[in-house]
Amino acid sequence: METFLQQLINGFSLGAIYALIALGYTMVYGVLRLINFAHGDVYMLGAFAGYFIANALELDANPSIFGTIVVTIGSMGICACIGVLIERFAYRPVRSHSRLTSLITAIGVSLLLEYGGQVVFGATPRFFPQMIRSRTYAFGGVQITNQSLLIIIVAVVVMFGLEFVVHRTKIGKAMRATSFNLSVAKLMGINTDFVIAFTFALGSALAAAGGVMVALAIPRIDPLMGLMTGLKAFVAAVLGGIGSIPGAMVGGVLIGLMETWLGATAYSTYRDAVAFSVLILILLFRPAGIMGTATTEKV
Amino acid sequence: MLTLENLNVFYGAIHALHDVSLTVNVGEVVTLIGANGAGKSTTLRAITGLLTPRSGRIVFEGQDIAGLPAHTLVARGISMAPEGRGIFANLTVVENLEMGAYLVKDYAQVKRDMERGFTLFPRLEERMKQRAGTLSGGEQQMLAIARALMSHPKLLLLDEPSLGLAPLVCHTIFTTIDEIKAAGTTVLLVEQNANAALKHSDRGYVLETGEVSFQGTAAAIAGDPRVREAYLGE
Repeated sequence: METFLQQLINGFSLGAIYALIALGYTMVYGVLRLINFAHGDVYMLGAFAGYFIANALELDANPSIFGTIVVTIGSMGICACIGVLIERFAYRPVRSHSRLTSLITAIGVSLLLEYGGQVVFGATPRFFPQMIRSRTYAFGGVQITNQSLLIIIVAVVVMFGLEFVVHRTKIGKAMRATSFNLSVAKLMGINTDFVIAFTFALGSALAAAGGVMVALAIPRIDPLMGLMTGLKAFVAAVLGGIGSIPGAMVGGVLIGLMETWLGATAYSTYRDAVAFSVLILILLFRPAGIMGTATTEKV
Repeated sequence: MLTLENLNVFYGAIHALHDVSLTVNVGEVVTLIGANGAGKSTTLRAITGLLTPRSGRIVFEGQDIAGLPAHTLVARGISMAPEGRGIFANLTVVENLEMGAYLVKDYAQVKRDMERGFTLFPRLEERMKQRAGTLSGGEQQMLAIARALMSHPKLLLLDEPSLGLAPLVCHTIFTTIDEIKAAGTTVLLVEQNANAALKHSDRGYVLETGEVSFQGTAAAIAGDPRVREAYLGE
């Protein structure tokens, strides 16, 4: 029972990260029907942005919660700008072409960020500064580090914030309207280009938060760290139902839990295979995902 | 108020509108009739900026608006209830109306306009918290019209508002068009139901394969033997 609870906590904290990244995939897909394969690399850039801010603030020498918040928000801001730039210069020029063009562009941007990252940051992993001294709390037999706790708290706060933005604010409603029908949204006077840019900003900020949180728990960052995590988060988004925001959260947590549970068995070397087996199964048996609704277009 | 001068629109290589010219005067209800594929919806899509014409002018209140981005035309006073209603099925009725009022800054004003919409279509008030996708076809059309009115348009474009609706609901929609006209909004209407549309219009144009083939007062169109044969089912 204790082991079960322990795995549950570990799984939640890993899943929260996947969920944060999956949200970006799902939101961009919602408005553009585009799988933004560069999204995982924005998460990597988030970790690097956090690294540079944290070093500039010398947080390694004087760790503080306040400093961590500054680093997280700063990194989210930087990545929001990067997301907007990617949309503006890579995706918008090809938006009127076929979807395949956008998809290939996305793969191109992804490779550019990964290998451009190696040129700029170097391929050697860097050690992320310890912004918070690691501490472990024990509840009965279950242990949780303050970093895992922070990851879960940040993820929950961010998701509630997102839920508020999407359902209560004008721009959020415009996002949902644009996602449902782009040209009718224009007829309402909605500047859909702005809404799309905003969606990229929001998604990229969430990925950056994920990047910083991961770097807190596993303080080793490198330019290719977004590759595998990004793919798994993409699977999480598909599992939850691509285009669905609650789906991305559920999908992320599920993938995290499955990986952790498998990691605790004798088959732990297969943990990376879990996400992709899930992808194959979901595409075979329920392509719309858990929360997605298979829509038939009315003629 | 609105003048199209020699408008040509292409879908790729397909020449959809040939030198279409038409005029809508302030306070009128003007109907475009024509068969499927004659270019009626294309004309409306060009006026709202969803399509960019190859050549020709779209003059609205003295300014050429051809090719301007669609979202900027709402502020100029053009609003459309699109073909197939185009409601946001994932949003509630109230949220749909809020989207119609996207450019209205004052929320008290939005509230008042919503009340006005509910007076026009009381059915919508009963369903205000419901997702728009759960409404019946007639209710969705009512919502589309109410939403288009939220921006206080000078010119309202209605694309096939009676399509697929029961006769009683059609009647409600056409009566509402009379009320909208009485309230001072100019209407450009596209309809397959030519009989009913002409009864509620001042003037009309007949489009045939992308060209204006006949124009005149609603009575003249309804009285023309060729039009009667082709579009009025005689």
